[in-house]
Amino acid sequence: MSSNPLAGVGIWVDDRFHAARGARALARKIFPDHWSFLLGEIALYSFIILLLTGVFLTLWFQPSMTSVVYHGSYTRLDGVKMSQAYASTLNISFDVRGGLLMRQIHHWAADLFVAAIMVHMLRIFFTGAYRKPREVNWLIGIVLLTLSLLEGLAGYSLPDDLLSGAGLRILEGVIQTIPIVGTYLAFFLFGGPFPGHDIIPRLYIIHVLLLPALFLALITAHLFIMFHQKHTQMPGKGHTNTNVVGAQTYPYFMAKTGAFFFFTFAALALAGTFAQINAIWLYGPFSPTAISAGTQPDFYMGMLEGALRVMPAWQWTFLGHTVAWNVLIPALLPLGLVFTGAAIWPFLERWITGDKAYHNVNDRPRNAPTRTAIGMSVVAFYGVLWLEGANDLFAEHFDIPLYVTTIVARYAIFIMPAITYFVTKRICLGLQRKDAHLLEHGVETGIIRQLPNGEFIEETRPLNEDERAVLVARPDIPALPSGGDGDAVPAPGMRGAVGRVRERLHHTIAESVPLPDVTADGHGNGHGNGHGEIEGNEPDGHAPAAARQGDGADGASQADA
Amino acid sequence: MSDTSAGGQPGDARRGSQAGQPGAEPAADEGPAVPHRVIGTPPPAQARTLLGQADDEPQAQPRELPAEVSDPERAKRAERVVAACFIIAMLAGFAFIVCYALFQVHTVNGALHSNLVLGSTMGLAFLGLGVGATIWVRQVMPVVEQTEERHPLASSPEDRAAFAKTFEEGTEASGFVSRPLLRRTLIAATVPVALAPIVLLRDMGPLPGTSLENTVWRRGMRLLTAGSNRPLTPGDFDSPGGMITVVPEGFQNDDDALAKAAVVIIKFAPGVLQPPTVLNWTVDGIVAYSKICTHLGCPAALYEQTTQHILCPCHQSTFDAPRGAQVLFGPATRPLPQLPMTVNSAGYLVARSDFHEPVGPSYWERS
Repeated sequence: MSSNPLAGVGIWVDDRFHAARGARALARKIFPDHWSFLLGEIALYSFIILLLTGVFLTLWFQPSMTSVVYHGSYTRLDGVKMSQAYASTLNISFDVRGGLLMRQIHHWAADLFVAAIMVHMLRIFFTGAYRKPREVNWLIGIVLLTLSLLEGLAGYSLPDDLLSGAGLRILEGVIQTIPIVGTYLAFFLFGGPFPGHDIIPRLYIIHVLLLPALFLALITAHLFIMFHQKHTQMPGKGHTNTNVVGAQTYPYFMAKTGAFFFFTFAALALAGTFAQINAIWLYGPFSPTAISAGTQPDFYMGMLEGALRVMPAWQWTFLGHTVAWNVLIPALLPLGLVFTGAAIWPFLERWITGDKAYHNVNDRPRNAPTRTAIGMSVVAFYGVLWLEGANDLFAEHFDIPLYVTTIVARYAIFIMPAITYFVTKRICLGLQRKDAHLLEHGVETGIIRQLPNGEFIEETRPLNEDERAVLVARPDIPALPSGGDGDAVPAPGMRGAVGRVRERLHHTIAESVPLPDVTADGHGNGHGNGHGEIEGNEPDGHAPAAARQGDGADGASQADA
Repeated sequence: MSDTSAGGQPGDARRGSQAGQPGAEPAADEGPAVPHRVIGTPPPAQARTLLGQADDEPQAQPRELPAEVSDPERAKRAERVVAACFIIAMLAGFAFIVCYALFQVHTVNGALHSNLVLGSTMGLAFLGLGVGATIWVRQVMPVVEQTEERHPLASSPEDRAAFAKTFEEGTEASGFVSRPLLRRTLIAATVPVALAPIVLLRDMGPLPGTSLENTVWRRGMRLLTAGSNRPLTPGDFDSPGGMITVVPEGFQNDDDALAKAAVVIIKFAPGVLQPPTVLNWTVDGIVAYSKICTHLGCPAALYEQTTQHILCPCHQSTFDAPRGAQVLFGPATRPLPQLPMTVNSAGYLVARSDFHEPVGPSYWERS
């Protein structure tokens, strides 16, 4: 029938699985293209690399706290008493060919995994890609990030070196301070008093089986939901909420994503080659009486570390009990606020805006000024605590008194998010104004022309359709039913204090620079309604486009033609 | 990057270069909104199909992807670059295998060199594959922009109603609602199923009891320097100076004991030590404090002689060494407990007793 050598295989498979139609749909599936859509892929490929290198490491690693005396290739620790876990990690590093490389790739991949998840989630947040219908995938993402922190903590504790041992000690201290059950939990986790002999094997099985299984399940769900709901797309010409524009899986997306896997692996391999990470032989084996100064946990623990450092020494003692706020607040509150806030945000925003529509075209961050400002203020909050986690290094390298860094951070965690919120919002509105200006007046070409009457003008060129399509794409925030601020009777759901709060929040969240009227040309997607009343609230005001005259307006009308 | 040669903005370049290619225009491609039900034709081999059933297909099926790139010359050049990348990747891959055999480990330098060559060849191999594949897709494959309709996610009202009906019928048939006895006993039966696994975890560790209140220090137990395990006499401190770590005799190698019992001792000039340091518990200006930070249990191991501050490097709690190790700064809420100390008849520093309060971080049961 055919000379294609694959035809036989294809028929064999299709005879058994009825695969032709499904396989064609797969090959034909369209993926939209934008650099920021690769961030999630970095996380995915880091995870695959973690699985591959991790399996390699388990072939030699011994998760045992049994004490041994080391007589291996790393002669500086010859004769030193250490746990089998630490000794086997030395063995992987110095006696297994490729062992050090795999260890370092594994550690770099872990850092990249967490970092990629974080940046990916920031992208999702700032573009509004968490909105209906993707709320569930957003929540899965938050769970994945949480698990990745736990997985990282368990993983870097396994070598049982001095640095990670201090981390475990801190973990034990934090658990102990939990009211009522804290000491019990700590004793159950560690199998008795710290350090005991159980924590490494327990962390090991959590690290190599329990959490990876959860990861596999959740990542699979995450990908299937993404696949089923189809990817979002950035604003652009012909990009609507009911279509997806891009290139099909076979061969385009397959080739691109395959290349990206290789790039990720190459970057991690080169990092593992040229950038030393977690040189446990320098830290020495764990000892409860020793510690080294100036050492840092992996970056994703920095925020917790900073929170613990910045907290003042608050504690309650009453009726023979102690509540250690100095530990409980920093251990639970900052990450709890960020994660809980992230989890409820889609639903909160939906309630405030009353927006029940599907959103498959992303927002440009500037076009949701309040959301972007909130996100950036969370980044600032996180950033202050993260930097405070390395305050000793700042103090040392910049010759600042150590306590000053902490005192500054104590104020900065409140001030910086507020400043960031305000500044970000103004920047967004400014960028919107710039967009409006471009739509009205076109792009400045830099060409100065002298008119016959001697007047100099700068020539502008009209936006092309692609540019225009991006600029006019705006989120459509529906107006709320009347809150009855005048004589009118308030609509249901808008009554009372809750209704007033909602109205106030809606007013904040809907604040935007209106699009100029020149977009009413068929390319505009029917937004612009609802912007009129907002315009009145703009501090600077904005002259209606129709009132403007000049070459820009000409340019715009040419673009319409 | 390889794709910059495609022109300023990739998006623009793509849309620009697709002009005139049949089937690439979104509107044209969008025509049949429902997916085609026919087997597609792989682009490079028009005459052949994967499943070999082309005979049944209408031959006039319009192409969904262009067969050729718009600029064959450029594609030809790119093809050679891609091939070169793949050859480099192949060579690097073979080099990896050769280096694995050539470079032995078992020494620090051996491990270093092995890591260097294995990692470089591995990185180069993947880099070659990645760069090659990217140039391939960017410059050798025809540029397309395709559009696909999204299907509504919500089911039709009929489907929803049908499901509701099926579900109701199933519920009725099962009697889950109409037979509350069954329902309630079933729910009751699941309670122990949920509880039992939690109970099973009970033996993960002993109960804390009062163990957090005590350490292994006992009356008369000698203080040994950590590491060298040498007993100390007051005469070993000829002048005020640094801080040394000591451990209880008999527990030098017991990490569980040392995690609470580690102690630091500092010698001060006469008259420097002041309350709330218990002066009775000091010997010749030598004072012993718990080394376990009262914040989160890290060893408070840094001592600054000029300021006489003990600093915990983990979260920078700072303790005032001559004045009862009170907290000067940082998140710790309690001073480092002082170990009652004296000299025995042989002249060695020994403990008078255990600490008089729990060492280490705060916890609920602690008053």
